[in-house]
Amino acid sequence: MKKSTIVVGLDGGEAGSRALDFASAQAKLIGECDLKLVYVIEWSPFSFQTSEENDQRHKRREEELSLARERILDPAVKKMTDAGLSVEGIVRHGDVADILDAIAKKIGAQQIVVGRVGLRGIKERVFGGVTGRLAVASSVPVTIIP
Amino acid sequence: MNRFLATGLGAAMASGLPAIASAQDAVGIDQRINDIFADYTGWYVSLIFADLPGTNFSWIAMWLVVGAVVFTVYFGAIQFKGFWHSIQLVRGDYSDPDDAGEVSHFQALATALSGTVGLGNIAGVAVAVSIGGPGATFWMVIAGLFGMATKFTECTLGVKYRNEYPDGSVSGGPMYYITKGFAERGLPLGGFMAIVFSIFTILGALGGGNMFQANQAHAQLSGVLGDYPGWITGVVLACITFAVIAGGLKSIARVTEKVVPFMGVFYVVVSLLILLINFDQIGWAFGQIFVGAFTGLGVVGGFTGALIQGFRRAAFSNEAGIGSAAIAHSAVRTKEPVTEGYVALLEPFIDTVVICTMTALVIVISGVMNVDPETGLYIWNTEAGRIATEGDVSGVALTSAAYAKAFSWFPVLLMVAVVLFAFSTMISWSYYGLKAWTYIFGEGKMKELVFKIIFCVFIVIGAAASLGPVIDFSDAMLFSMAIVNIIALYLLMPIVKRELASYVTRLKSGEIKKFTE
Repeated sequence: MKKSTIVVGLDGGEAGSRALDFASAQAKLIGECDLKLVYVIEWSPFSFQTSEENDQRHKRREEELSLARERILDPAVKKMTDAGLSVEGIVRHGDVADILDAIAKKIGAQQIVVGRVGLRGIKERVFGGVTGRLAVASSVPVTIIP
Repeated sequence: MNRFLATGLGAAMASGLPAIASAQDAVGIDQRINDIFADYTGWYVSLIFADLPGTNFSWIAMWLVVGAVVFTVYFGAIQFKGFWHSIQLVRGDYSDPDDAGEVSHFQALATALSGTVGLGNIAGVAVAVSIGGPGATFWMVIAGLFGMATKFTECTLGVKYRNEYPDGSVSGGPMYYITKGFAERGLPLGGFMAIVFSIFTILGALGGGNMFQANQAHAQLSGVLGDYPGWITGVVLACITFAVIAGGLKSIARVTEKVVPFMGVFYVVVSLLILLINFDQIGWAFGQIFVGAFTGLGVVGGFTGALIQGFRRAAFSNEAGIGSAAIAHSAVRTKEPVTEGYVALLEPFIDTVVICTMTALVIVISGVMNVDPETGLYIWNTEAGRIATEGDVSGVALTSAAYAKAFSWFPVLLMVAVVLFAFSTMISWSYYGLKAWTYIFGEGKMKELVFKIIFCVFIVIGAAASLGPVIDFSDAMLFSMAIVNIIALYLLMPIVKRELASYVTRLKSGEIKKFTE
């Protein structure tokens, strides 16, 4: 049987760890299952920056990536490895919903697991939060952990 | 206390005499700064704007336009052939998702645009149209279209020869491509020319990128709020600018960067609305622009007057050939320098062909410029050296008056827009100036602080001086940058051609492909 893969969205907070707990329980039930832990740094190529920010951008990006790995991904990966699961961590810049779906599509994952975050602010109330947009646009099944 | 006295209310409430005395004093300071300024810079301005022998055509306008035409021909009308590809690049069609988080093409373009879209589009166009007549618009658009090829050339070189430091930060611009490119081609004097360019850039940053902005910001503020001494605006602007560029007050810079594009779009929308309301006159306005382009319509200087004003304003507004954009665009993350050239060629299009033309059309249609009803020619105000206008105003006040004919609330909005545009242009130019400064003196906290203090002092001078000497001096400095830069572009353009040929070949063969489906 083909090996199954679950993409897990982390947010460095409580919702992400709920998703991780659920996904690891699922992976153990399935048996032959890979976990892809994804942390997305919110970023848009269409935002406006000053010249000074632009010339520091490459440096900042490296810092953001290494911080995300160090603080969020590495501990989560270690926890899963210790639990005897096959796991890999990925960190990316961009829109959370877009990236989770793109990765799931690219590696042929069976499902995406994310934790639900409450709607904050007007923008999210109008356009929907990350989880809402993911549920609407995703190309694979999405499990949202309350 | 001083601020209290400076307001009309304060002056009226205070005992009267001291307030009036201090106001006269302030006017005296304005006048004195102005005189000294004109005395010291006048000769250089005349040299830069000298006419070609035996004609009344200034050699510098010729210099820029000939350059733009040469690049257009040499690169096979790249601005028209590559226009669609430029848009695809800005949309991110060719951006590798693995590079997400780096400076995108869109961001580099937006940053460069926030340095160029500004007072040139509002005040500069009004000056051009009131001196050169509606025909100046035609030549402005022509110069803008050709200028796209110049931008392509300089920004490709800017990315190709930038310095990348171990910490990942970058420095680029003409001073870097002049030294490295000249060395690569075995040409002499690269180091010398780079230094000369840097000196002009510092002066240009202080002139067009600073004093002109402060000056027009003050003109607009005092026009709406009532007259008050220029140095007050200068000191306030200088303090805010200093807080941003030296104090690291990023929040203000960030707010401006977000509001400015919004203002730009809003400005275009309002202009379109006015044109729509007066759509029956659009044909007439275009007629004025075309006829004026070749006859001058009563403008002293006639055809050449319109031509020179149009070319001057286009160059001052979109900065093609000046070299500043090459500094701004060099921060982009791309493996192909040519891609940034493609993106940069959109700049003169947005800035000059779209935004400047909007302003010009609205001014012409509004009828704020006085026409002799019998001859249909414009009435010339000999004393001011321009077309007589309603309320006898020029610069940003003329644009304001034209828009106010359609929307009475517009002057207030324009005041906010002008101050924000001026501010964002100052922030951009403080960066260009700083890059030139550190190129000459080396990097270091103290050295950079010295430049930033000088920059802020010039804001005060700019706000206090009257329009004439400031505009002339700032134009002169920008065009001096163009002299050095375009010589370098001529000498280095074969390198760009090679890059372009290789890029186009790989694009056609499918080696460079889209990442989006």
